[in-house]
Amino acid sequence: MSLALVPWLELAVLVPLLGAPVVWRAGDPRAAARRCLAFSGVGLGCAAAACAGFALGVPAPPGPFALDAISAPLVPFVALLHALTALATARTKQVRFSFAGLLIGQAVRVATFACAAPEPLAALLILGTLPPYFDLRARGQSARVYALHMGLFAVLLVAGVQAEGTPAAVLLLLAVLVRGGTFPAHLWVTDLFERASFGGALLAVAPVAAMYAALRLVLPLAPPEWVLQSIGLASLLTAVYTAGMALVQTDARRFFAFLFLSHSALVLVGMELHTELSLTGALALWASAMLSLSGFGLTLRALEARFGRLSLSEYRGLATASPALAACFLLTGLACVGFPGTSGFVAAELLVDGAIDASPLVGLGVVAAAALNGVAVLRAYFLLFTGARYAPAVPLGLTPRERVAVLTLAALILGGGLFPQLMIGTAHPAAQAAIRGRP
Amino acid sequence: MPDADQLAALFGAVAVACPFALVAVLGLPTLLGAPPTERATDRACRWLIAAGLLATLGVLAVMLATGNRHVVLNAGNWVSLPHGASDAHYHFAVKFEFDRLSVPLAVLSYALCGTIAAFAVRYLHREPGYARFFALFSLFLAGMVTAALADTIETLFAGWELVGLSSTLLVAFFSERANPARNGLRVWVVYRVSDAALLFAAVALHHMTGEGDFDQLMGAAPWPEGKTALSESQALLVGLLLLLAAAGKSALVPFSGWLPRAMEGPTPSSAVFYGALSVHLGAFLLLRVSPLIGASVVLAGAVVALGLVTAVYAHLVGTVQTDIKSALSFASLAQVGLIVAEIGLGHWVPVLWYVALTHLIGHACLRTLQFVRAPSLLRDYRELENALGARLPQGPGPLAVAPSEARAWLYRFALERGYLDALLTDYVVRPFLALFRWCDRLERRWTNYLSGAPREAPPAPPAPEHAEPRA
Repeated sequence: MSLALVPWLELAVLVPLLGAPVVWRAGDPRAAARRCLAFSGVGLGCAAAACAGFALGVPAPPGPFALDAISAPLVPFVALLHALTALATARTKQVRFSFAGLLIGQAVRVATFACAAPEPLAALLILGTLPPYFDLRARGQSARVYALHMGLFAVLLVAGVQAEGTPAAVLLLLAVLVRGGTFPAHLWVTDLFERASFGGALLAVAPVAAMYAALRLVLPLAPPEWVLQSIGLASLLTAVYTAGMALVQTDARRFFAFLFLSHSALVLVGMELHTELSLTGALALWASAMLSLSGFGLTLRALEARFGRLSLSEYRGLATASPALAACFLLTGLACVGFPGTSGFVAAELLVDGAIDASPLVGLGVVAAAALNGVAVLRAYFLLFTGARYAPAVPLGLTPRERVAVLTLAALILGGGLFPQLMIGTAHPAAQAAIRGRP
Repeated sequence: MPDADQLAALFGAVAVACPFALVAVLGLPTLLGAPPTERATDRACRWLIAAGLLATLGVLAVMLATGNRHVVLNAGNWVSLPHGASDAHYHFAVKFEFDRLSVPLAVLSYALCGTIAAFAVRYLHREPGYARFFALFSLFLAGMVTAALADTIETLFAGWELVGLSSTLLVAFFSERANPARNGLRVWVVYRVSDAALLFAAVALHHMTGEGDFDQLMGAAPWPEGKTALSESQALLVGLLLLLAAAGKSALVPFSGWLPRAMEGPTPSSAVFYGALSVHLGAFLLLRVSPLIGASVVLAGAVVALGLVTAVYAHLVGTVQTDIKSALSFASLAQVGLIVAEIGLGHWVPVLWYVALTHLIGHACLRTLQFVRAPSLLRDYRELENALGARLPQGPGPLAVAPSEARAWLYRFALERGYLDALLTDYVVRPFLALFRWCDRLERRWTNYLSGAPREAPPAPPAPEHAEPRA
């Protein structure tokens, strides 16, 4: 059978889905971790094969899912993020972490990013909100804040998909803003990070599903200018506000949540400016933020596995104990804020370019948010890794599995920084397709 | 046999590539957890910096031989988006230029970094952060050479940011103490303001002219004879943004407070960054965009005023410093202020741009020597005093000659470093942090109310949030 006839995309969804019960039945957490990694890795391979087929112009066999210019680069990224999270889960975390939940989440999210039709996409987006809810419940934490926001999201999404014309656009935009954590509907993100497992929360938010929903559901409706402008303003305010909030956090998880919110809002700003340049910048920033924030989150998670819940209220001086983690933290953190040489640099420049094109004030807001995020990242670095003498009695460096995970992301971040044309060149046709409303 | 242009391009490519090769050689093994040995580091620094210096001198030799004063090395478009349906077009060109301004600064960067690397190899021998120092040092050199040779404002911005990051991390080099970290963060905050201003100016320029290339912005004539295509008001707007960027990077008033804080780093980095190269980068930026200063009299006046105010401020504050590195840093700042004033005066007397460049180079060399001599000078002083059996005689300071009614005020002003840090802390940093902490408390309360299951109270923020300058 020709490889082109293999339904790689469907397999990328099916393999992790089939793996979930197998992992569930594993009694030993280490066995569950191994099986999860295997299923997740095969799922990643299938997603990569589907993406390669699309890039080479090989027609995919007909099926419920399909790739286009927008989804082709995202699907393997989403699968990669899950595989690396499985790989980098430390032994101390394996007992409490739900590997079956990770595989179900991978299947749902890959399916979401490979789906373009409004109704199935809305169903998958709503389905994607469930794994974090069960994670919260399984940990005995209150899920009310999360449930309230996701309930509102689901209602707005269903109503928007059912409505027509401007009301549909407004309802869907509101749904996107709730899902993206736009002020004041952002509390669920910080609450989720504080109460859920770090890995679960990271996987739930890092792909920025709100942006995908906006591209697939909102832009094709050609919403009126005033709607886009007011939503753009809300996103811009969120980007600056959450960047400022990231600066004053004394808990590392909340800090990460605000950093994520700021980037998610910046991506949405680019989308809502809906010029070709800004949208290209937003799409590239989206991919870059997905990579860099995932790497940053995985580094924080590895730190938590060693030192427990991290406080930013005092200097910890952990660099001596874990120099490689310090380097990874800095690299991924700087990539988040678009530092030169990392994947976010050109994307951020494009976004600023597009923003200034729309209005100098919007450009100023984007630049201010980026500057504040940069300060917040280095503040966290200094607080966690410097400022005190810390000499542990046991080695606390990166384990080989964590090293592979973080170095893979570091290689992608630096590769994207040194050869940005690849990422920008992929984002540009996607932006053109989204502008035309026919992705 | 390659012709002169090919030879210049070859030398230019080597000059640009050498510092990045050094970053790869020193940085990647460190990232992979296997830092190079001291001997390997020494050799890599020696050979790659020498190669970069010789290549830059090679370009200079070709320029002198051919009379060509503007050699451009075009590495092509790093990113290019084709014209689309909406007529959107974007490209990020990686271009480097070798002219009367960039070549001296590149040669200076290589020469001083080579000297300091040779010094630091011994100075930091068996220091725990040896590999980290040289990895950051190579990043700094890469940033300096990129910024010096950049032919587009975006490329300059990339180099500018690399310089800022490496400088900040070296200020916080001694990671077992809190004060270097606090001061490093303070330096980083100022640098981010400066970076934001430069980024905004870069994008604004791109929009006004459609290009980020300096030869498009400042005319095709070699520096400093270019004329900008911008109108006077556009030149003023962009120029003020660039002046803000330069003020942050060169510690001009009101950002001068970070300079003494930066002395927390090891002596070699203080010497090469804050005595010689990094602190002059703002002045270099103003020299690079000198045609903008030539186009706007208001901008030129602002540059002169800022330079003179900084020079007077730094002189006053420098007279009361009690440690040698702080005294040298303020002496350095006074000269930077004068260089900036000379650049502004170039609006009326363009030859002063050459004077400013010469002043910059001479000052950087002298100050590097003073910084690296500082630790041994103190030892010599002690030996001298031991031999004499008494303290060395000290004359009255310059402020002693001030009229008695102003003397106390001047001393207080100088000892408090012009209250600049206190003003920024009290009127900018604290209100900003207080506002967001208030928002954070509100958010926590609201979240707890919604969830019905409050989480424990957050820990207090780090105790003195504002950094103390180095004593």
